[in-house]
Amino acid sequence: MKLLTCPVNGPRNITEFQYLGPVRAASADQPEQLIEALFYAENPLGVMREWWRHTPSNTVLIAERHTVSDQIVATYLPTRKPA
Amino acid sequence: MPFSLLKYGLRARHVSFRDIPPTPDLKRSYDVVIIGGGGHGLAAAYYLSNVHGIRNVAVLEKGYLAGGNTARNTTTIRSNYMTEESVRFYKEGVELFETMSRDLGFNVMFSQRGQLTLAHSEATLRSFHLRAEMGKHMGTRIEVVDVRTVKELCPHLNLDLGGQHEVMGGLWHADGGTARHDAVAWGYARHAGARGVEIHQRTEVTGFEHAGDRVTHIRTNRGTIAVGQVLQAVGGLNGQVAAMAGIRLPIRCFPLQAMVTQPLKPFLDILVSSANLHTYLVQSSRGEVVIGGGSDPYQLASTRSTLDQKEHLAEGALHLFPFLHKVKLLRQWAGITDMTPDYSPIMGASPLRNYWLDCGWGTWGFKATPVAGKRMAETIATGRVPDVLKPFDLRRFDSFALLNEMGATAASH
Ligand SMILES: Cc1cc2nc3c(=O)[nH]c(=O)nc-3n(C[C@H](O)[C@H](O)[C@H](O)COP(=O)(O)OP(=O)(O)OC[C@H]3O[C@@H](n4cnc5c(N)ncnc54)[C@H](O)[C@@H]3O)c2cc1C
Repeated sequence: MKLLTCPVNGPRNITEFQYLGPVRAASADQPEQLIEALFYAENPLGVMREWWRHTPSNTVLIAERHTVSDQIVATYLPTRKPA
Repeated sequence: MPFSLLKYGLRARHVSFRDIPPTPDLKRSYDVVIIGGGGHGLAAAYYLSNVHGIRNVAVLEKGYLAGGNTARNTTTIRSNYMTEESVRFYKEGVELFETMSRDLGFNVMFSQRGQLTLAHSEATLRSFHLRAEMGKHMGTRIEVVDVRTVKELCPHLNLDLGGQHEVMGGLWHADGGTARHDAVAWGYARHAGARGVEIHQRTEVTGFEHAGDRVTHIRTNRGTIAVGQVLQAVGGLNGQVAAMAGIRLPIRCFPLQAMVTQPLKPFLDILVSSANLHTYLVQSSRGEVVIGGGSDPYQLASTRSTLDQKEHLAEGALHLFPFLHKVKLLRQWAGITDMTPDYSPIMGASPLRNYWLDCGWGTWGFKATPVAGKRMAETIATGRVPDVLKPFDLRRFDSFALLNEMGATAASH
């Protein structure tokens, strides 16, 4: 069983979470960045910041995860980026 | 046992037989360099050398020949897609498979036994009607069938009548089939090699040198070479290699997993997939049941398998064929796939003038091996993108001209 730590509920089975994709560098609010935001998602070989949702509690969080080793480095609420 | 074979075995000095020439030293320059020795790169090398007479060609492969997704796929070949542009392209692909063993003089074990996709809801059936009409319009053999026909096509299937995954009908694609994946790559490699194409295994591309909007040199772990034209076909790593050349692609990496059981007596002579269960099965000529399904749920560039996904595949397979419950798994594996936002590949020009793309093949590119190779070779030889490839241009994302194939590719590969 793979675990992901929800900042509100603690470590949970990763199947309780929904992956919502990378935190985009581009902003969808700016028309010239729309195509970027829609189609050109981040795809690094390394640590990536991404959105997840803990489905039972509807907690939306950010995870930092390594895309090659699949190691989860940190999880936190979007409003509370740790120092 | 034939006597000659025994004699050959006991003789001290064998004349060894080699289909694919050994890796030579790198020359200083090539007219065309193909990055990636998977099925796509090798097919392009074959067509360039055998059809267009372009022989000063090098295929650079960082590992061993066809060791990427070409050796990992579940070999489904079909053309029952959704959009007109895709059906036209994949149909040409199936037709090339039909004559491939003869054309190459190499048995690729193409077996056109038909593919059946099951519908477990009215909504899925409606989408099947759409696909069937599009397919018929384009001249493929495809139809929506009722439960009785499903039973005739696949007598051992659990129809789950009245159950959670009740089979309500199916999409029957008589032109669908399978072929031995690595034989396809080897067949192309042998013929390309015989025409002088150099195949460099264990040769990794590590960087590029540019002059204006052209690539002039390619850096590898075995030295730098000058190049006229470049074709990139590196499977799961297309996003990364393009980035080295300074090209951004709308690609994300996801793993795709599959597995095979121990060999069983033949019981399944068609390819069967279920849209709801995200599972598909085919029995190989050795009797093994090959089981495939949907992608992992989040981005990852790793070929490690997960228990979750394997359990999911087993669950789907057991639902369709409950009598498989005591069968043992022989092998299981994963490949990295290069997914585009519209589940369609990217073929043709790039922002660089002499750099051509054959990528974004995601979870569905084996069936396209011959047609992509043929048409990309034509593009490179003539400098013109043929009509059948035009809809797959990278620039379609800038103009919102997407080719959405999500429904047609999801878990039936
Ligand atoms: C589990 C699984 C099941 C699948 N099932 C099906 C199916 O049933 N039907 C179907 O049509 N498709 C299927 N696919 C998809 C299909 O396998 C691929 O789309 C197809 O094989 C792509 O071929 P390719 O030649 O482009 O890439 P590959 O076969 O992956 O070849 C690319 C090569 O490039 C090399 N390379 C990478 N980087 C470099 C570098 N820097 N320098 C030099 N070489 C490099 C790699 O080592 C690799 O050998 C499946 C895929 C998987 C993983």
